[in-house]
Amino acid sequence: MTIVLALLVGVLFAASVYLMLSRTLVRYLFGLVLMGNAANLLIFAVGGLSLGEPAIIPSGLSAPDEAIANPLPQALILTAIVISFGLLAFAMVLAFRANEELGTTVTDKMRVAEPIDDASGGDPGALGPGEDVAEPVPAAAATGARP
Amino acid sequence: MSWVLVLPILVPLTTALLCFAVRGPSGLQRGVSVAGAVALLAAAVLLMREVLAGGILVAQMGDWPAPFGISLVADRLAAIMVMITGIVAVAVAVYALADIDAARQRFGFHPLFHILITGICGAFLTGDLFNLYVWFEVMLIASFALLVLGGERAQIDGAVKYVALNLISTVMFLSAVGLLYGMTGTLNMAELHIRVREVENTGLLSAVAMLFLVAFGIKAAIFPLFFWLPAAYHTPPVAVSAVFSALLTKVGVYALIRVFTLIFTHDVGFTHTTMLIVAALTMVTGVLGAAAQMEMRRILSFHIISQIGYMILGLALFTPLGLIGAVFYLVHHIIVKANLFLVSGVANRLGGSFDLNSLGGLYAERGWLAMLFLIPAFSLAGFPPLSGFWAKLLLIQASLEVEAYWVAAVALVVGLLTIYSMTKIWNQAFWRPRPEGKAAPAAAVSRADLLLLTLPIAAMALLTLIIGIWVQPFLTVAGEAAAELLDPRLYVEAVLGRAP
Repeated sequence: MTIVLALLVGVLFAASVYLMLSRTLVRYLFGLVLMGNAANLLIFAVGGLSLGEPAIIPSGLSAPDEAIANPLPQALILTAIVISFGLLAFAMVLAFRANEELGTTVTDKMRVAEPIDDASGGDPGALGPGEDVAEPVPAAAATGARP
Repeated sequence: MSWVLVLPILVPLTTALLCFAVRGPSGLQRGVSVAGAVALLAAAVLLMREVLAGGILVAQMGDWPAPFGISLVADRLAAIMVMITGIVAVAVAVYALADIDAARQRFGFHPLFHILITGICGAFLTGDLFNLYVWFEVMLIASFALLVLGGERAQIDGAVKYVALNLISTVMFLSAVGLLYGMTGTLNMAELHIRVREVENTGLLSAVAMLFLVAFGIKAAIFPLFFWLPAAYHTPPVAVSAVFSALLTKVGVYALIRVFTLIFTHDVGFTHTTMLIVAALTMVTGVLGAAAQMEMRRILSFHIISQIGYMILGLALFTPLGLIGAVFYLVHHIIVKANLFLVSGVANRLGGSFDLNSLGGLYAERGWLAMLFLIPAFSLAGFPPLSGFWAKLLLIQASLEVEAYWVAAVALVVGLLTIYSMTKIWNQAFWRPRPEGKAAPAAAVSRADLLLLTLPIAAMALLTLIIGIWVQPFLTVAGEAAAELLDPRLYVEAVLGRAP
């Protein structure tokens, strides 16, 4: 069983790295989901797998009298799932807003914060000469600060 | 249980909740925010006094005994870091009153700021590896929200890169924690110190150590994992940049120091030599990146990277003097770097730009601001008698001591190039006359605002001077902190109640 999980973790990590190397934010997000799951399964696998041994201490005892499943990895995974859910929600909204504000989800074209031509200085609104100006920027971008 | 140990986490958390409760147009949350930061500083001073008097403080959460529950631990390094966090929190909370616009304040700048501080203090004080992960996430999500607060195009752009790379670091950290748990069966850092020595496959242990190096390395912005930092740090308002630049990367450095002195010391020849090479490359790339920039905040961002190299250098040397240097450098850098960002904000308010091509004449118009810039700038470059001089001196001495001459040479050259960047800012923004056709901004800064902006800068510049001139007490504390780091038996005994 452990070997199957180990292989699965390997495949998931490989697939997520492949997706994350993409220039598109959406694929990066898919990669992130996979990688989070891979990490969770990894913790599950290294915590030791067991079958039919509930982590319950019989009443009257203060310690288990026989072998029980290790409950700690599940507690860790639960925490990690909650955290990665929150972070993923944020990342998805950010990708959505990036598409709205910058008009693209291709990271190569996101040069607003770091313009290619630095002679234009730190003016974040300036477009570098190498930038694809044809990329349409929605009207929402022009309104500036919008919390 | 020692309450002093919990206060630096509870105070900012309570402040955040209070700020959120009293948000609204009344401006009450501004007062609450500053008061909360001052209370944190007071709590940090209390903690520092207890640690200096009584050695390592430990509190077991929920009264679960040590390896089973979560322990909070404050040794000298942790107490120093919490103290400096308190100082930066007060300075930035005051500065933010005049720097953060009303819309951002209404949309939750103050609560987010204090949540960020909560996460940072938690990361410094925890004695449990998984708990460290949780505090990192608290800090991370608050920093995400602060970074995009306001929603300007450049902010969103920078945030995409910041979020993407930091989330990868998060998953790496989690996987590394999982693997280490699988090998040792514990997450308590003190117990890990013992259990790691029982692991037979040291090669696997080194692999996990490298995973930790990458995970914390992304947070600390070491070479070649730093690209998120110069992409993002110049986009939010200056108060946010300042607190990020002062504290976020330093939490990564702190975590590196913690795990590579307490847990992964099984193969110093491999792990710490790797870090030494990385440290040298970090110093050089950071300073060269800064030389190419003309935007004040981007120059300062690249300098964070090069300075991180110095701190990693101290850890990588793994000698008493090296660690003293690393601890001293952390303190010096946090104050100076936050201060330089704050100065750049005032220069922008008075000169109308962050761009060195359009700034000028600030020395003639505002001599006091020029002086307040000179102190942290020269301290960063390492001029005597300022704090940066001692920090660099210690590290170079430490490298000479172990006959790592090439690293000493790199550190010296990088120091020289730092002067180049600082004089570039000085010449362009302060010394030369204002360029033709670039008028000062029409909207003058009110006297009250200017006072709020300048007070923190002046206070931190004074602190830099004090550290530089009365260096001995600071060196003594740094020395004690380094001694604790190099002899983890004290830490283990304090947490587990028995000698390793």
